[in-house]
Amino acid sequence: MTAPYELAGPAAPPMVNGELTFDAPWQGRVFGIACGLAEHGVFEWDTFRARLITEIGAFDRSPERDADATGLSTPHFHYYDHFLRALETLLAERLIIAPGELTQRIRAFVERPHGHDHHHDHDHDHA
Amino acid sequence: MSDDRAPAIRAEAIESLLIEKGLISAADIDAVVERYNDRTGPLNGARVVARAWRDPAFKRTLLDDGTKAIAQFAFEGGQTEKLVVVENTPNVHNVVVCTLCSCYPWAMLGLPPRWYKDPAYRSRIVREPRRVLEEFGVRLENDVQVRVWDSSAEVRYLVLPQQPADSDGKSEDELALRVTRDSMIGVEILR
Repeated sequence: MTAPYELAGPAAPPMVNGELTFDAPWQGRVFGIACGLAEHGVFEWDTFRARLITEIGAFDRSPERDADATGLSTPHFHYYDHFLRALETLLAERLIIAPGELTQRIRAFVERPHGHDHHHDHDHDHA
Repeated sequence: MSDDRAPAIRAEAIESLLIEKGLISAADIDAVVERYNDRTGPLNGARVVARAWRDPAFKRTLLDDGTKAIAQFAFEGGQTEKLVVVENTPNVHNVVVCTLCSCYPWAMLGLPPRWYKDPAYRSRIVREPRRVLEEFGVRLENDVQVRVWDSSAEVRYLVLPQQPADSDGKSEDELALRVTRDSMIGVEILR
């Protein structure tokens, strides 16, 4: 089962000149993960797509968006944040990655020693 | 600033767990994006070609003034250059090059393939087009005339390939999926 090419509509990824565009490498990874899992039949693309549309729809109705939408751009809209959330929830629902398991792995990565590919201190504030 | 890191780590954690569970490999993930771009890059051009095959009036406009004809598709990417569409027929085969650099109809075809920028392609396709086409697997009868179009910063060319014989009656979307990037550069004949 292949992920179809979403060129238009609410689930379409950001593209320029027919090429996917990513603001950061992780966005390309999650895109590849979702399409790859659909190709392997781990879930159906349509199910994932429906989750993604729900996530984006929730944002569209949120006060955050209303406060923010001016003209043609919505600065606080980040397609891949919604994409990641849709992927996480679907994987949890399908019992593929339990939320606790994910939290544990994230903690392990955050506590990696210095020199690893991330910023220099842990004392930043999470708003 | 700190917020930017959170999704990156979540994504990395998901990827590592899925790989451990044997549900996907890092190579699979790499391949998806590349394949997607290979397919979607030329899809704008493919839709234009498919419409031209189905709609003779559109085809006339397209061959007459490519820039104007594609305006109705509202492609992003700001195609400011002039687009000229050249039609392959049983008697004429067109192929596109940019001898100076790598001018290319980006908005139609996405990123150019590596060989398009290669000095060997850029010089040889002008000097010995039939031979180069043969290397691409395109064998032309002696009575077929070959026309080589040299792109520039001002004019971009797109080949309108001949419609495969077995594709009559298909929808525009189905037809678009048959049209390849290489056929719109002129180094492939659709079968």
